[in-house]
Amino acid sequence: MKATLDTMDVTALLPLPPATFHILLALAAGDRHGYGIIQDVETRTDGVLRLSPGTLYRTIQRLLEQGLIVEPKRRPDPLDDPRRRYYRITPYGTAAARAESRRLTHLVRLAKGVGFLTPEPT
Amino acid sequence: MIRLYRRLLYLYPTSFRVEYGGEMCALFAERSAGASALGKVGLLLGAVADVVTNAAAVHWDLLIQDLRYTVRSLNHARAFAAAAIAVIAIGVGANTAAFSVADFVLLRPLPFPEPNALVRLCWGPRTGGGWGCMNQLSPANYRDYKQMTSSFQVLGAFYGNAVNLVGAGDPRRLAMTGVTSEVFPLLGVPPALGRVFDSGLGADAREVILSYGLWQSQFGGDPRVLGRRVNLNGVPYEVIGVTPPTFHFPNREVQVWTHLVLRAEDYANRNDNYLEGVGRLKPGVTMEQARADLGVVAERLARDYPETNEDAGFSFFSMRDSMSPRYRLMLLALCGASLCILLLTCANLANLLLARAGARERELAVRAALGAGKERLVRQMVTESLTLALAGGIAGLGLAAAAVPLLSRLVPSTLPVASHPTLDLRVLAVAAGFAALTGLGFGLIPALRVGGRAGWSGLREGARSGGGQKQRLRNVLVGVEVAASVVLLISSGLLIRAVWRIQSVDPGFVPGRVITLKTALPRPKYDLTQRRLQFYDRVLTDVRALPGVQSAAYISGLPMVMTGRITGVVIPGREVSATFRNDVVSIRYVTSQYFRTMGIPLLRGRDVESGDIAGRAPVAVVSESFARQFWPNEDPLGRTFVCREETRTVVGIVGDVKVRGLERANEPQLYVSAGQVPDTTFMNDDPKDLVIRYAGITGTLLPAVRRIVAAADPEQPISDVRTMEDVVAGETATRRAQLRVLGALAAIALLLSGIGVYGLLAYTVSQRSREIGVRLALGAEPAGVARMIVSQGMKLALVGIVPGVLTAYAAARGMRALLFGVDPADPATILGAVTLVVIMTLAGSLVPALRAVRLNPMLALRVE
Repeated sequence: MKATLDTMDVTALLPLPPATFHILLALAAGDRHGYGIIQDVETRTDGVLRLSPGTLYRTIQRLLEQGLIVEPKRRPDPLDDPRRRYYRITPYGTAAARAESRRLTHLVRLAKGVGFLTPEPT
Repeated sequence: MIRLYRRLLYLYPTSFRVEYGGEMCALFAERSAGASALGKVGLLLGAVADVVTNAAAVHWDLLIQDLRYTVRSLNHARAFAAAAIAVIAIGVGANTAAFSVADFVLLRPLPFPEPNALVRLCWGPRTGGGWGCMNQLSPANYRDYKQMTSSFQVLGAFYGNAVNLVGAGDPRRLAMTGVTSEVFPLLGVPPALGRVFDSGLGADAREVILSYGLWQSQFGGDPRVLGRRVNLNGVPYEVIGVTPPTFHFPNREVQVWTHLVLRAEDYANRNDNYLEGVGRLKPGVTMEQARADLGVVAERLARDYPETNEDAGFSFFSMRDSMSPRYRLMLLALCGASLCILLLTCANLANLLLARAGARERELAVRAALGAGKERLVRQMVTESLTLALAGGIAGLGLAAAAVPLLSRLVPSTLPVASHPTLDLRVLAVAAGFAALTGLGFGLIPALRVGGRAGWSGLREGARSGGGQKQRLRNVLVGVEVAASVVLLISSGLLIRAVWRIQSVDPGFVPGRVITLKTALPRPKYDLTQRRLQFYDRVLTDVRALPGVQSAAYISGLPMVMTGRITGVVIPGREVSATFRNDVVSIRYVTSQYFRTMGIPLLRGRDVESGDIAGRAPVAVVSESFARQFWPNEDPLGRTFVCREETRTVVGIVGDVKVRGLERANEPQLYVSAGQVPDTTFMNDDPKDLVIRYAGITGTLLPAVRRIVAAADPEQPISDVRTMEDVVAGETATRRAQLRVLGALAAIALLLSGIGVYGLLAYTVSQRSREIGVRLALGAEPAGVARMIVSQGMKLALVGIVPGVLTAYAAARGMRALLFGVDPADPATILGAVTLVVIMTLAGSLVPALRAVRLNPMLALRVE
């Protein structure tokens, strides 16, 4: 099933929900477990976004189903707590994150065009 | 704390919890490790909110997924889906309709506050017996019961009548009830408009309360109707109130209520019976206590007034029970039939789902092998069952909504309720219950069986799904279907025979080519017999002169329409008391030509003649049974008897008529000349029903009669126009309505069980195709193979027929009162039903047998 998903048009998934996008961002640098993702998202957003466990795993379940991430067979640190499960972004996931980034860039460009990004005159 | 969190995780679907529960617990533990006590509480509260919202979202995701899957898979099995939905719809529809009518008539509280305390009181035979109001009370007896009992909070009285309403549109004839001032307050329903009767006002205050329906139809719902004067029987009455739309008393026909005030002179005659009592029991007083209380009063009245009260008792019943026990029985029979259908649809559905589950065993095994947990598979199948149940339930509700008005004949008109129930929340809940029971209950069993077994065995190529156990379960289910349809067929068959038997009863008159209509002459305009006679003479003379009319006459009450009006007679020289237990006869006042018009044979002597008027010797025509009862072995002509304080001479003998209807015992009949009615007689004894026997077509007859009546009195309304054939047909109308329903259910049952037999055999043939192929290849006779399949079908039928016949016999004994003497074990009916079931089984096994015979042995083996 996943083989067909890889070739699917990622634009059907857009726009990505914020939690999904942040998880993909966290996984871009390398495989992480759930707690690692939460911490990464928190530092990256300066503590603005703290994913709750419920939201995290619900999103992870959906990402796995959609084939945007997978559970790698080999763990990065074999000595780590074996209960911890790691997640890895797939090429399809990367494609989706790139598409979402392009969508956001386009939006920013539009916003700049009408002057939304220049400081407000005081 | 972590244990609490783990518990919380049970809100998630099992599959999700198994997958991520451990991680989530670890995360939670990590977070709570460094927190303070207060921080921990905050963490836990946050976790609750997090789990609840996310668990709901996960469930929702799964539901959407399962629904998508369901729609896809049902789309691939459209025939299955349509069959399942239709089966559920039939089960739910039949039961919801039957329940809503039965609930409405038998269970639901009457639409009055604290309705269980409402009771009715009438006169009746000392020995009890019968149902409802046996005979009316006289004002004196009513007064004594009221004063001497202590069980009632309030006791009021009413009498029924009909009035002519003039001055608001066309003259109309309305059912009217006169009520004492106690009645409305004790019923406890305030008027929608205006006020009720005030006890302080005397009899001269002519006031009327209108029903909501009449107010809408005749007065356009105008709120200014209060204070308006309407003309009832030629007397102006002031409208003081309008009842709410749901108010009916004493039955739904009544449209106007007038104030009944009893005067001193009304109490004079203890035999002047025209009142019925209605009361509200004191809180805490039971029916039995009240009955005992009334019994003491009856004893005392019998002692004090032996000439009138010696044999008299009372009939006392809860207002809820104001109906013939036949209705209760009919509704119970209907409910029983619907339950049969429910059983049948459940069995049918279970079979359908089992067959489908069998066919899907491989698909499910594949999914299980790919990692779907048992819980997910069961959940998926339950979603499918629920979807089917929901669709079937909605369709069933539609069926019920369409069927309920057709069942309105099963709602007795004597109850103070509307003509048929409306589908409300209560009924909706019941329908949902039935749908859940059929859909979910019977969907769950196959789901659990499959879910529990899905394993590698299902993957094997050509695996024969289902073992002998499942086959046996399916056999039993089909047996149940056959049994249920046998029960329904036999019950409907017996009731059909009962109706035939009733219809073949000779009514004593010839109903064909007779039309009848009512012109009830209002008092006080027609207080004098002389004035009434002038009206009858004029109408009859003109009607008889119409082309095509053979004869016409007036009578005080048509047989089967007016069933009461009985009186005692005293035969000189015969030692019998004239109380109403013995020697009661039905009395009618007629004009000449009545017997000829109705086709009642005049056996001896002469008809009533126009010369039999006041001042001449009082005459009487009596029925054969009258003569037989009072003058056995003697010539009744010329004999005299006393009735209503007048000595009458028998001048004619006529045939007996079924006055009380085809199904009931009848008193002997006495006919008195309309010309010899005293002025003071009660209005019920006025001749008012015009009967006309005609030849040829009636197209122009009715307008001509209307013109004649209008010419005789332009203010005189005409009502109740019908043929005597309709009157006779009305005798069996309720039964025929019930029969139509039962017959339809029986037909559905037969069809469903036929489909059940077919489905099972077709499945067997497809499952055993290899074995059958081998048999054929080895030289088995095709006829032998066909016989094998058909005999399997017949075995199924036999398994169902035997318990079906026994159950049907038990059911028929229970409804013996409905059978009108037909034997519950009527051999012809049982034989007929069994034959039908056998034919149905043969038809159901025909196609599978043919398929087995035509099986190509090579192909059957090669499929493997």
